Amino acid sequence: MRHVILGAGPAGVSAAEIIRVTEPDAEIKLIGAEPEPPYSRMALPYLLSGRIDAAGTHLRKTPGHYAANRIEVIHDRATRVDPANHTLMLAANGNIRFDKLLIATGASPIIPALPGSDSEGVYPCWTLADARNIIARAKAGAKAVLIGAGFIGCILLEALVTRGVRLQVVEMADRMIPRMLDRTAAGLLRQWCESHGVAIHTSAKLSAIDQTAGRLAAQLENGRALKADLIIIAAGVRANTQFLQGSGIDIDTGALVNAHLHTSAEDIYAAGDVCQGRDFSTGQYDVHAIQPTAVEHGRLAALNMCGRNIAHQGSINMNVLDTLGLVSASFGQWDGGSDSAEFSDPAGYRYLNLQFQEDVLTGAQAVGLIEHVGILRGLIQSRLRLGKWQARLLHDPTRLMEAYIGASRNISFFSRV
Amino acid sequence: MLKSLHIEAEKCTGCLQCELACSYRGEGVFNPAKSRIRVFTFHDEGRFAPYTCTQCAEAWCLHVCPVEAIIDNPATGAKEVVAGRCVGCKVCTIACPFGTINYNQDRKIVHKCDMCGGDPECVKSCPTGAILFLDADQTGLSRMRKYAGQQIHS
Ligand SMILES: Cc1cc2nc3c(=O)[nH]c(=O)nc-3n(C[C@H](O)[C@H](O)[C@H](O)COP(=O)(O)OP(=O)(O)OC[C@H]3O[C@@H](n4cnc5c(N)ncnc54)[C@H](O)[C@@H]3O)c2cc1C
Repeated sequence: MRHVILGAGPAGVSAAEIIRVTEPDAEIKLIGAEPEPPYSRMALPYLLSGRIDAAGTHLRKTPGHYAANRIEVIHDRATRVDPANHTLMLAANGNIRFDKLLIATGASPIIPALPGSDSEGVYPCWTLADARNIIARAKAGAKAVLIGAGFIGCILLEALVTRGVRLQVVEMADRMIPRMLDRTAAGLLRQWCESHGVAIHTSAKLSAIDQTAGRLAAQLENGRALKADLIIIAAGVRANTQFLQGSGIDIDTGALVNAHLHTSAEDIYAAGDVCQGRDFSTGQYDVHAIQPTAVEHGRLAALNMCGRNIAHQGSINMNVLDTLGLVSASFGQWDGGSDSAEFSDPAGYRYLNLQFQEDVLTGAQAVGLIEHVGILRGLIQSRLRLGKWQARLLHDPTRLMEAYIGASRNISFFSRV
Repeated sequence: MLKSLHIEAEKCTGCLQCELACSYRGEGVFNPAKSRIRVFTFHDEGRFAPYTCTQCAEAWCLHVCPVEAIIDNPATGAKEVVAGRCVGCKVCTIACPFGTINYNQDRKIVHKCDMCGGDPECVKSCPTGAILFLDADQTGLSRMRKYAGQQIHS
């Protein structure tokens, strides 16, 4: 049995490892388009901040890990898939036949098609190559403009400030991280950033990038021009499905799959940022583009590729980020339930918002509260009925741990998710 | 035979010796806030519940880590944080559904129970035997019994 895994990010690598333990005799090829060993995009901000070197971004640290697990790593780019003939076309290595194929090609950053957006000094932060370009320009005292204050933008914000650049942030929406935080939480985050010397321009849209005499400027639609030595784009991502055009594999915003991560083509599966997988909260199929979902998809797709018939219950959309020391997190359906509870301490930069359907937690946001945050996921995913604890939480949402332990009736600890 | 922590909450008096012992071993300070085992107080019921990582088989924290900074210690079965690898991204802290891996703002890495390499301080410090270190099989059995008991009594 030959399993071919296209994409060497967290989804692809997790899948390869699960296939190895599930089918000890299978042949496994792991193909990634980048020259480096399989690495983690999530770790790039910590390369920027100088906390780790390039090897610190690698997904696996043991030398010879892939060879020891008989996973053949190939550095090449797929250009086409031919499902009928179970064949994949690679740019350098020609055709490869597969018995089962996993598409785990991730996503790519969207670069707005504006005048000057291809100028030298304008980069996304998506690959190790991008990170090296940014490091070369983001010297202490340099001026940088960050386009986009979504969750990846806000993580980059922290890394850039750590490098000592003078940073301005431009966000199209009327608040920071609009897809993860409500107005109150986003307001706290903004105030925090501004009090740490980072200028945030919301409801501001980039119209062009100007380059005169080697000096960059971000031109905004409101007429302002922000001078910069470096412009970083974090304005959203798009699933890498281009090479699937014409293959007959169904695609919407990502590769479409069923609950077994199986695409519309026989023996072809999809996982991670490229995949429109099942969302736990809504039951709908969406691209999450986050690490936990990529790993869950990879592991589950692999089991299904090995003939284990396991349905995906859905992944919870969730995020955590640290912006200059202020930690915020959001989970599931944070923006709507039938009941909600709120704890707010703006002076202390603390905020907790819980959303319920009946007595079940369905979504949450937390700012400035870092202890036991995982319990929010646990409560959502176990659909634990809170019973009398819900009333207590409505009164004081910070009693979460008590509610969890109390409601799961496991005064010791044997609840299963 | 691997051993695991087993908690009998009804024996806990809320003295917090376990938190002090744990924080001292992990961080070199007597500070409950830095303990990997926490005792939760049920004010209304007047009860206490020590709570820490079960080293669960699902190992959500380990699998989600983007830089292999959490590894399985084959000698103890504990999932351990490798301090030099952790970048402090915190994705494990939201992935763990039990909330038992937490971010340490001073050290800028996450921390969790590692069962002290096989000789847990919390067990030794507990004056009432509320925290035990037993063969994993035994705790599995008692866990099942207790669960069955609850089903019957609820
Ligand atoms: C700066 C940054 C910070 C982030 N922070 C967080 C965070 O805090 N929390 C979080 O949950 N997520 C975060 N993410 C998102 C997270 O990194 C992604 O969700 C995750 O990497 C998705 O994994 P994946 O395996 O699906 O895809 P990827 O990691 O993108 O891997 C895709 C692989 O496919 C390869 N590939 C693509 N096209 C082809 C082709 N045609 N042929 C062959 N190979 C191909 C690529 O080279 C790569 O190896 C961050 C991302 C970035 C960029």
